[in-house]
Amino acid sequence: MPENVFLSATELSLPHNPVEAFLRMDRMPHIWCPGCGIGTTVNCFAHALESSGLELDKIAIVSGIGCSGRVAGYLNLDSFHTTHGRAIPFATGLKLANPDLKVVVYSGDGDLTAIGGNHFIHAARRNVDMTVILVNNFTYGMTGGQVAPTTPLTATASTAPYGNFEQPFNLPYLAESCGAVYVARWTAYHVRHLTKAMKEAVQKKGFSFVEVIAPCPTLYSRRNKLGDGLDQMVYYKDNSEIRNGADTKTVGLDFQGKIVLGKFVDKDRPTYLETMNEYYSKHLGDKYIPYTG
Amino acid sequence: MNADPRGVLAGAHFIDGDHACSEGALAAGCRFVAGYPITPSTEVVERIAQRFPFVGGIFIQMEDEIASSIAIQGAAWAGKKVMTVTSGPGFSLMMEHIGYAAMTETPCVFVDVQRAGPSTGLPTQPAQGDMMQARWGSHGDYSIIALCPNSPQESFDLTIRAFNLAEQYRTPVLLMLDECVGHMTERVVIPPAEQIEITPRRFYDGSREDFLLYKAGPDLVPAMVKAGDGYRIHVTGLTHDERGYPAMTAAAQDKKVRRLIDKIRVNAGDIIDYREQDVEGADVVVVTYGITSRTAIPAIDMARREGMRVGHLRLVVAWPFPEERIRALAKNVKAFVVPELNLGQMSLEVERCAAGACRVAQVGHAGGGVHNPHDIYLAIKKSVR
Repeated sequence: MPENVFLSATELSLPHNPVEAFLRMDRMPHIWCPGCGIGTTVNCFAHALESSGLELDKIAIVSGIGCSGRVAGYLNLDSFHTTHGRAIPFATGLKLANPDLKVVVYSGDGDLTAIGGNHFIHAARRNVDMTVILVNNFTYGMTGGQVAPTTPLTATASTAPYGNFEQPFNLPYLAESCGAVYVARWTAYHVRHLTKAMKEAVQKKGFSFVEVIAPCPTLYSRRNKLGDGLDQMVYYKDNSEIRNGADTKTVGLDFQGKIVLGKFVDKDRPTYLETMNEYYSKHLGDKYIPYTG
Repeated sequence: MNADPRGVLAGAHFIDGDHACSEGALAAGCRFVAGYPITPSTEVVERIAQRFPFVGGIFIQMEDEIASSIAIQGAAWAGKKVMTVTSGPGFSLMMEHIGYAAMTETPCVFVDVQRAGPSTGLPTQPAQGDMMQARWGSHGDYSIIALCPNSPQESFDLTIRAFNLAEQYRTPVLLMLDECVGHMTERVVIPPAEQIEITPRRFYDGSREDFLLYKAGPDLVPAMVKAGDGYRIHVTGLTHDERGYPAMTAAAQDKKVRRLIDKIRVNAGDIIDYREQDVEGADVVVVTYGITSRTAIPAIDMARREGMRVGHLRLVVAWPFPEERIRALAKNVKAFVVPELNLGQMSLEVERCAAGACRVAQVGHAGGGVHNPHDIYLAIKKSVR
């Protein structure tokens, strides 16, 4: 009988996870539940950054509060975990004060569209040069599964125990209406498409928006008897329809219904700072000191 | 270091306290302001919006005060000196972000031109009802610095001091005007740039390996870095350790919050500023701040003409409060008289420090105007007996 020899991971010279360099490994393990989709999106984001060629020292990530609000804390970038709903105005200040930074807001549906909804629409309107990645799990996970502005009609939540009767947001439509120059939606199942969309979004100048549908097995799925994280992945796989360029009016989500995915908007519009500098240069002449940060 | 001459409008001006505050910010090196219109503070951002394009600054009118008060903090972490400006209801909306600035040790200046409340109250009329909110408004324990100018000139001077203190102690600093001082027009002398002392941000200059975002020196204030400098910082409003990483323990909470409070407490002697007149040998000392310091003068004169021995102590810095000075005076006077445009705020602090050693008489006014000096005179007269 051969003797068992136990070797540690480093002694075994196991290959490193290729995204380790993008993570604060000293903060692992993370807080996310088994089957949660947020970690998958972070993996896609790391790959997107890797292939984007962006200088990591010049990327800042800003999150709000909630499960997805913890993303900033795990990424090995300049990272800001702000107050609930206020990631976007913090990011606005950061970006305008140093336009050389690539600023990414990474947060959840409740954070960005309920308490932070006002900031979302105004940043899109102003076309502040930032990327917003919104992980939509249809609920407030951190606080125990309450109803959100994204919860589909009839789905139950701890504060909608008999089902949700409020019309949810169609987020791509909202983003486009307010002036976002890049709008895409993918799920945590569509990792290659999602990675590509994140890469395009961070390379896009102006307000770019990526909605990621992701499972919350602990709260949303369990309460709605939708199985575990894997069952949600199967649902995403079987019920998604990729329609690039789809009219965003038509991409609203129903409870366990069809999910329209794709890149819906990709257009060009001068950013806030470009508009400001051009306007002031024209109207104030030589006395204007063009703003460079 | 000296002020950047580009922002300094040197010379003698005839401007109000709001405009003087704008010029103070410009002279102090502020180049990022976010704000939202609200009476009676709007003139501050109007002048900033007019002036900034010519000095390389950026003003943005945000969608609300919540956004303004956090946008400035994003800009501070990008390296700017920053300010937001508001009044009453807007100040209430900013409270969470005063706490965020305190917790993350983000240098920034909040200006509150006080109007009468609660709620919408009297939007165009003065009060001093936000003094305790300034001290305690955000949830949790922290310390704060709050300054109270009593003239347009002092609005200019103290705005510069607010920026300097924010940098020195890495803390939000509150400039508590009142509507009278904000809208009062007087002569304001702006000195040339080389005569204006500016506290630059203290940036970390050690090795990257040794860098800890919240490692404080003997003054209890950590050096700062900027986003984009390659330190890969993590900033959070959660209780955190020296690395800036969340630390969810009572020990970490104690260490962090105790330092936040101590950095103001142990340096209070350098921060506190008050002006005294004839307090030695006085039977009554009138304690004032902001506009009340000016309505008290005729009252003090009336009492003195009748032979009463009356001193005057004006708080230039309201928070931290000059506890030791009030304690010492309390042993030698019969009473403190505290006129203020609220029904009992800073007078409570005077009472706490007097600790029964003398009487404390508050001369309350709910706001919407200023005291009739005669009322203050009567309070002095009653207190002398």
